[in-house]
Amino acid sequence: MLEIILIYGLVSASTLMLTALGFSLTFGLSGVANFAHGGMYLLAGYLTWALLNELGLPLLAAAPIAVVGTGLLGALIYQVVLRRVRGIHLSEVVATFAIGVAILESFRWLGFVTYDFTLPVFFEGSTTIGSAVVDYHRISIVVVALAMAGLIWVFTHYTKTGLALRGMAQDEYTALAVGVESDWAAMVSMALGSALAAVAAITILPLGIISINIGYDVLLISLAVTVLGGIESTRGLMAASLILGYATVLASNYLAPHWSEIIYMAAIVLTLIFKPSGIFGKFKELEERV
Amino acid sequence: MPKEPILEIAGITKHFGGITAVDGLDLEVQPGEAVGIIGPNGSGKSTLVNLITGFIRADDGRVIFKGKNITRTPAHKIASNGIARSFQMARPFGTLPAYKNLIVPLSSPRVARRRSGRYGDRDEMAVHLLEDVGFERESQIPYKSAAELPHGYLKRLELGRCLAMDPEVMILDELFSGMSMSEVAGALPILEQLRDDGITLIMVEHRLRELFRVVDKVIVLDFGRKIAEGSPEEVMKEPEVKEAYLGAEAEEHA
Amino acid sequence: MPSDQTRRERIDRGIKARTDDVFAVSSWRNILYLTLPRAVAIIALLSFPLLRIFVGAYWQNVLLITLAVSLTALSWNLLSSVGLVSLGQALFYGAGAYTTGYISQHLGLSPFLTIPLGTVGGAAICTLLLYPVLRLRGIYFALVTFAMPLLFIRVIDATKILGGAEGMTGLPALPSGAPELYALIAVTLGVAYGLQRLMDSDYGLVLQAIKDNDRSVIASGINIQWMKAQAVFMAALPATFAGTFVTHHYQFAGISTLGLENSILPLTAVIVGGAGPSAGALVGAFLLVPLSEALRAFGTLRVVVYSVVLVVFVVGLPEGIFHFAKRKYQQFERRVDLE
Repeated sequence: MLEIILIYGLVSASTLMLTALGFSLTFGLSGVANFAHGGMYLLAGYLTWALLNELGLPLLAAAPIAVVGTGLLGALIYQVVLRRVRGIHLSEVVATFAIGVAILESFRWLGFVTYDFTLPVFFEGSTTIGSAVVDYHRISIVVVALAMAGLIWVFTHYTKTGLALRGMAQDEYTALAVGVESDWAAMVSMALGSALAAVAAITILPLGIISINIGYDVLLISLAVTVLGGIESTRGLMAASLILGYATVLASNYLAPHWSEIIYMAAIVLTLIFKPSGIFGKFKELEERV
Repeated sequence: MPKEPILEIAGITKHFGGITAVDGLDLEVQPGEAVGIIGPNGSGKSTLVNLITGFIRADDGRVIFKGKNITRTPAHKIASNGIARSFQMARPFGTLPAYKNLIVPLSSPRVARRRSGRYGDRDEMAVHLLEDVGFERESQIPYKSAAELPHGYLKRLELGRCLAMDPEVMILDELFSGMSMSEVAGALPILEQLRDDGITLIMVEHRLRELFRVVDKVIVLDFGRKIAEGSPEEVMKEPEVKEAYLGAEAEEHA
Repeated sequence: MPSDQTRRERIDRGIKARTDDVFAVSSWRNILYLTLPRAVAIIALLSFPLLRIFVGAYWQNVLLITLAVSLTALSWNLLSSVGLVSLGQALFYGAGAYTTGYISQHLGLSPFLTIPLGTVGGAAICTLLLYPVLRLRGIYFALVTFAMPLLFIRVIDATKILGGAEGMTGLPALPSGAPELYALIAVTLGVAYGLQRLMDSDYGLVLQAIKDNDRSVIASGINIQWMKAQAVFMAALPATFAGTFVTHHYQFAGISTLGLENSILPLTAVIVGGAGPSAGALVGAFLLVPLSEALRAFGTLRVVVYSVVLVVFVVGLPEGIFHFAKRKYQQFERRVDLE
């Protein structure tokens, strides 16, 4: 029993982290809370499905195309819509929210709601760890999650572009003085966040069927993980994912499945009351700064 | 004659991550005094102001105002209890006309109480206060949208906002920055008038020549620590101070 | 030396200049210029319920929904004036609906009591829920208002509390027909007027200042968290009222009240109509709701349409129709050479 909890908790945590990574990255690097994150996730899922089933491409080809395509779409959304309202907080928020809803509800109206819509797992079959049976795909999720987190860490700490983006996030005023383009940085963050959403979708959706509500779930998860862990903190992201991952697995096991939602809500509310900047939040002065 | 200091800062400390912005600073300000706080960039001047006025929470130390410990008091309470501060980046309420900017502090219930309920007509009081800081009543300037004000007026509007709170202590964060020589010359009589009215002034400044015409006492900060305290002449002779400025302003004003 | 470049110049129309100040009453033309738009709108609104014979119960119902959306839109408008972007007006609406439903079912009181109780109770609950978020950056308010209705829907559905997925049925009704409609019209106009007066007053000025530069407001000695809480409570009231009223009209309260449509429609109404003056929210609601009723056959496509309209207006006409129309009514534009 213990192994099951430990392993499935880890899988759950990895799922949450992978889901939230794109949103957290965009939010942390450019200050844009991308409410279209759930829409991009679902869009990537359907795009991959279409490439696999309508064009007959193998997964190894469809996946990169979908990831790049979604990333480009994110950049496009920034260029066409967000750039024009940059700095006007209200318009930014409303714009990404509207785009997200438009994407999700378009899919609902177009009728993508049957059992036909699934994505293939990476590897068939399963293995046994201790007394627990774990399928290979779930193990892949953990691997992909760690790989993505690692990639992002390296990117933002060791590459020129990544460091520039991080510099921007920490102090936009000084970065502007040094000559880093704020618009370009925001566009890149949107593109990266969207691409990560695609990676997450391709990796996680095979566990079930693609449904519209997943789009909204993705957003809820991203919010809960980002708020609990703190903005612009990879450590916080991992910590929050572990906490929420294990909490939901324990709750599902000993209480009931719907407790996940209650846990997310509690995580958001309690964090905002007691430590608004999150566990590892950088903006320690958040409260005073208002 | 020993006087009770109006503001007493003891051992105030603030860390930001690995950096110590303000390191165990002590300062005493007597009522009616005018004190200058100077130091090179990054010496912790603005952080000190934020710590005193409650915009940042101190990690250690005490701030005592008129005998009461205000170290943990929220910023808005400190403001309405008698310490008014201006901001280095003076940003007015741009969507409002200039005089309406002052309605905000005048609307604060605590400030109204300080003015012993002299409600009267707020609009009239606002224009009157603007006059005190150099806005010509007869012109259209008080009624212009604050976003359209020329820079020198913006700083004076900040000053007016502080004055509207009927403060006992005014902390001005780089009032002179960005001002032309004539604008500074215009501001000096206003500051003198404030002193005559008994208001204690604390001015954080980079423009030393202008500052020294206003203040009695100067403290010099470097890396969050006080490295000198005394009259402007005394302080500028200290070798540590000259070193801290490394030739920039020190050479000009020595 | 006149250059090739021109700039746009806006000048007050002659009649606007003539109607400023006391000259407004100097001629019938001037008086009509000032009062006609408002008068026509109000007269049309007031006479609508009496036209039941020509117009039918269906459109009377549409008016009811339009007024409910107007109230929720006015609520959103007030919040945005303080700098709070609500992506979950459905939270207020649903809180009103469920509070009044709960009180009705458990205390058996008449709607004349449960409506006020539900309104105030729902508003209090929402204010408490949102209070912790008020001292944080603006984006957190948007995040939390977005998440809460979604989460509450799932919790209610899963735990089956408050009627679960089926909701609460058989709630007491209001006297239907013209009196009901006139009551709602009166409340809507009253709220619109009241909020307009509020925002024009010094209190409203401080609220706008908080949106503009909250640091300076704190430095002016004002407790902005408390003021924001007051604003949230005041804004919640019209929205929770709408929830209670419609609940008693349909005698039903369920998770549909917390649905996305109830969040996005008032938001779109204000963006389309124009934020700031109450008239903007009303213009937006009266344009969008009848339109959406006409599109009822298209089902969920309507939400897509709202969201697309939202993006178009946020980017293309951020001032909204009311401001645009008012500007055209009062000023004309021309191009002048840059000197």
